[in-house]
Amino acid sequence: MTPVRRKRLIIVVVIVAGVAMAAALGLQAFRKNLLYYFTPVQVAAGDAHVGQHFRMGGLVAMGSVQRSPGSMTVHFTLTDMQKSVPVVYTGILPDLFREGQGIVVYGTLDKQGLFVAQQVLAKHDAKYMPPEVAAAIKKAKAAQQAQIAAKGAS
Amino acid sequence: MIPELGHLALIIALCLAAAQSFFGLGGAQRGNLIWMNAVRPAAVGQSFFVMLAFGALAYAFLTNDFSVAYVAANSNIALPWVYKFTAVWGAHEGSLLLWVFVLAIWTVAVAHFSRHLPQDFSSRVLGVLGIISIGFLLFMLTTSDPFGRLLPPAAQGADLNPILQDPGMAIHPPMLYMGYVGMSVAFAFAVAALLSGRMDVMWARWSRPWTLVAWLFLTCGITFGSWWSYYVLGWGGFWFWDPVENASFMPWLVATALVHSLAVTEKRGAFKSWTALLAIAAFSLSLLGTFLVRSGILISVHAFASDPRRGIFILAMLGVFVGVALFLYAWRAPTFSQRGGGFKIFSRETFLLLNNVFLVVAAAAVLLGTLYPLVLGALKIGQISVGPPYFDHIFVPLMLPFFVLIGIGPYVRWKHGSVTEVLSKLRIPAALALWAGVVMIVLLRAEVSFIATAGVLLAAWTIFSALQEPLQRLWQRLHHRHVSLPRSVFGMSIAHLGAGLMILGVTVNTMLGITIDRVMKPGSSVAVHGYQFTFQGVHAVSGPNYRAVQGAFAVTRAGKKVALIYPEKRQFRHDVTTTNAAIAAGPFRDLYVALGNPLGQDSWSVRIEYKPLVRFIWLGGLTMMLGGFIATLDKRYRQVRVPATVDVSAPPKDADTDLAKAPER
Repeated sequence: MTPVRRKRLIIVVVIVAGVAMAAALGLQAFRKNLLYYFTPVQVAAGDAHVGQHFRMGGLVAMGSVQRSPGSMTVHFTLTDMQKSVPVVYTGILPDLFREGQGIVVYGTLDKQGLFVAQQVLAKHDAKYMPPEVAAAIKKAKAAQQAQIAAKGAS
Repeated sequence: MIPELGHLALIIALCLAAAQSFFGLGGAQRGNLIWMNAVRPAAVGQSFFVMLAFGALAYAFLTNDFSVAYVAANSNIALPWVYKFTAVWGAHEGSLLLWVFVLAIWTVAVAHFSRHLPQDFSSRVLGVLGIISIGFLLFMLTTSDPFGRLLPPAAQGADLNPILQDPGMAIHPPMLYMGYVGMSVAFAFAVAALLSGRMDVMWARWSRPWTLVAWLFLTCGITFGSWWSYYVLGWGGFWFWDPVENASFMPWLVATALVHSLAVTEKRGAFKSWTALLAIAAFSLSLLGTFLVRSGILISVHAFASDPRRGIFILAMLGVFVGVALFLYAWRAPTFSQRGGGFKIFSRETFLLLNNVFLVVAAAAVLLGTLYPLVLGALKIGQISVGPPYFDHIFVPLMLPFFVLIGIGPYVRWKHGSVTEVLSKLRIPAALALWAGVVMIVLLRAEVSFIATAGVLLAAWTIFSALQEPLQRLWQRLHHRHVSLPRSVFGMSIAHLGAGLMILGVTVNTMLGITIDRVMKPGSSVAVHGYQFTFQGVHAVSGPNYRAVQGAFAVTRAGKKVALIYPEKRQFRHDVTTTNAAIAAGPFRDLYVALGNPLGQDSWSVRIEYKPLVRFIWLGGLTMMLGGFIATLDKRYRQVRVPATVDVSAPPKDADTDLAKAPER
């Protein structure tokens, strides 16, 4: 092997090793930090494990928001019109958080089935509904109609 | 009448763009001088009509012409005039017009400053720019006409999204677009080089200043975007790894790699194909950014479009531009001489190569994290997202070695460096960096972590190493020794200094910043890092187009008054609320207060933050930009005209000897 070729080989090997290491690190970080998104229906069906971090989207159920006076803790129910999940959150709520609004929460489920939110996201537009929430509601409604249709047929 | 003229101007611009690209590419291919002479007038004319259309839309906004649908949807009589003007690019159609407007500016600049280039080359560059212009003009005219009329006209106008009513918004999009679109010039130069077979040192020298200018605008746009989101959106954050931010960060990473790779191609004639590929990649990522932001597949403030045709059009355009460019690359690049300068392992070339590897890997990681969730979602496999932890996990291990190398690279000689020479040159910066790390550990024993120490140490290393060269040469000059500091070297030092300042700001702010959410009543106070924040209550205020609740906070330290600040909750029309944080800014720390939610009985939830060195992040960005600007002013980019007798394909003098000795590949 000529010196030039050997040098080139070394460079290539170093780069390939570096890129492979970066790729391995990257994929590992990727796997560890994948964040699943569930709807209340999926949560009710047991898709989410207790203690696992995930995101959940839905509407804040009408009349469900309860504040403890003088504290930042809020209780409310998140619904996709079919199933509901109780949520507790302590902190500052986004400006657009209100009953009937589509939001996304991030956090974990505790053993009692209460969702402990670490983050509440509502987007910047009052007319706006997160696409995940819209999809969840549509799916739930379709399922309901299918049920009704099935009942009607039987 | 004026809006119709604007529409007509766009159509004329489209025709001229067609002429520009036809005469440019066709004329150069056939060697037809008459055709090539028509390119510049066509390009300037095209740009003129685009600017006319932009002016027409701006006029419609400023005169409250609510018979134009786009104006009615994004403006309001009560809007202050400055925001009426910035509302021009406040939504989808207008921001596309801004895109072609910026392209027009670049086109005129290229037409003007490319006179010293061989005519076939400059014709091809302008021809490629013309094709890009055609793409975007067609896109606008077929799917997103900003001049569409509304019948009957609206009386008032719906209003501009309140969070866009901000001075930062006047600067961020135009700067970002100057950068995005500027990448199309680097792209056009690369494609012209591939077409004409002129992938050589001169090509690198010609396209380098253009790339630098585009890069510095991109840097500026991202910096302002980060600053804007800090005080408008961010609840005090400066970067969120939001897909829209990533959309601008990926082209930046690749453009940074391109700027460095161009240096090797210009100085040593090496890495030619790689440089061309990076230029194509940088522009592709700019287009991808446009697609991500404008197609509506991302949901955030930035995503306006909901019409699927638009997304498909941009995606098709992306496919065509990138596909043709890559095809051309695959076809032409292997036929060019890859004879560049050979180099040893320990040489400037190797360090720049590593720079490129790190930056491209980083860009790929961001691309994966941004696109993978979108692809899964689009294929209906599942809904996932990757949050900031993913990006943090990737970036920290990538950036640690990167910033070790950034301090060494500039001191290594081209072709064959000497380890001992570099070690002796870097004694002082290394000692100072170690000292900074030790001080950090001693001062903050309890709170210090490995990452924080490493970050501060590397920031100090980068800063001192960047400062050493210019300071040393200044010192020598003061002692009447004749030393020169070329502007490109000086600019590089300043840009590296900026990178160091930014890392310092990011590390210290992330590791030592304090955020507290509290329930506060009038009269109650909270202590954060020695500062006493006292809530003095809220009262109502009103602005030109909003009503607001304004809180008052007195900040004291050791009994002495530091600041009196007034965060607001603003209520706009249509029940839109914004949180306007109040910031007591200082060079070394920001004190940040935002009103949360009213909790009844006069009490509020309040966010209070102590943010050390947060200004260094943007100061670093601006410093990098300044470095790019200084490098652009380098003498060798200002040659007026290449004398006809000189063979321009010959390498420049400084590389001449190296190339002669270079081994044949």
